[in-house]
Amino acid sequence: MSAADLPTVVLTGAGLVFFCAGAAGMVRFPDTHSRLHALTKADNLGLGLVVLGVMFQADGVVPVLKLTLIWILAIVGSAIAAQIIARATLPADLHEDDD
Amino acid sequence: MIESVFDILLCALIVGVALAAVLGPRLFSSVVFFIVYGLFLSVAWTHLGAFDVALAEAAIGAGLTGVLLVAAVSRLDRLGVKEPAPAPPVARVTSALAAGGLSGALVLALWSLDPDGTGLAPVVEANLHASGVRNPVTAVLLNFRAYDTLIESVVLLVALVGVWSIADERHWGGEPGLRQHARPDGVLATFGRLLPPLGLLVGVYIVWTGTDDPGGAFQGGTILAAVWLLLAMAGLSDAPAITRRRLRLAVIAGPGVFLAVAAAGAVGGGFLVLPTEYAKPLIQEIEAGLALSIAATLALLVLGPPQRGPR
Repeated sequence: MSAADLPTVVLTGAGLVFFCAGAAGMVRFPDTHSRLHALTKADNLGLGLVVLGVMFQADGVVPVLKLTLIWILAIVGSAIAAQIIARATLPADLHEDDD
Repeated sequence: MIESVFDILLCALIVGVALAAVLGPRLFSSVVFFIVYGLFLSVAWTHLGAFDVALAEAAIGAGLTGVLLVAAVSRLDRLGVKEPAPAPPVARVTSALAAGGLSGALVLALWSLDPDGTGLAPVVEANLHASGVRNPVTAVLLNFRAYDTLIESVVLLVALVGVWSIADERHWGGEPGLRQHARPDGVLATFGRLLPPLGLLVGVYIVWTGTDDPGGAFQGGTILAAVWLLLAMAGLSDAPAITRRRLRLAVIAGPGVFLAVAAAGAVGGGFLVLPTEYAKPLIQEIEAGLALSIAATLALLVLGPPQRGPR
């Protein structure tokens, strides 16, 4: 086990905890909006920690930049998807100016 | 040890998700499980080192097919079609036996392979220098067995003709799909302005890099299709009418360039024979044409048959 492996194990492990929390929220929370909250918050943080952990295994600067780009794209994508799903599940009377 | 635990878990997940997709109580849950199945498969291909297949599975198997299936289910919903009643037991047992028999035959075929064998990899490796490219998968797909890819590109075209042919008589020659509405200052419109430059860059890069590294026209073309669909869904760019000449040209560019190169080869050595010294530029030309056609065709498949116009 090299010196870079310890931060990888710790960070990806912590990331998995957040993924589990997000999944638990998805299963346990009562309505769409709170489920979305659990998924987007916990999973984005979890992915960020996994990406950070994997960065310690990267070989050079370019893979680190690619991993960062993946994280940013996933965050932006999930934020947009969360907004659109949340809007689609609003009650009909709040629904006038929807997407 | 950890490796085999991972493999066994992954196999169990793939089989479990496949069963959930087949046995799911509702169409929608089956579609969701089918998408998850595609994602797990692409993890499996990655783990096997087959990155080209993993990319294609994630982009087309899970992504694009998933979108098409979700669109089909929501269309059934809108039309008020009820979920079909479960098939009678005889039909279910028959199809279970047929599917089980096919899987069994595949397992037997796999079992009969020599576990230490190398398959055709050494032959491809030995002839890679003559293919003009450095990615062995691209060498097989666009040179050694190019006719497979040529036929695939025509199959896509036929699929699009099939979708268009279910158009209502009134709307023939009109714009595909329903008009998309999005608030001009909403999140989707902002996303639609933010993402396309990066999406185009990544899509073109994946097509371009396919000659030497994992990637290619199908994977990159799917990303380009997604960029176009995002623009359409965000209400920023309406799809052109299906009779527009430029649209038709984009759709046939790939098979057209491919057939032209194949026919030119017939003058030299034989149909689809690429001379070694020109193989790389010819393959890149085919890939560029294919990427354009695949992007246009996949996006038009998702947008659906014309449902408006013609103006």
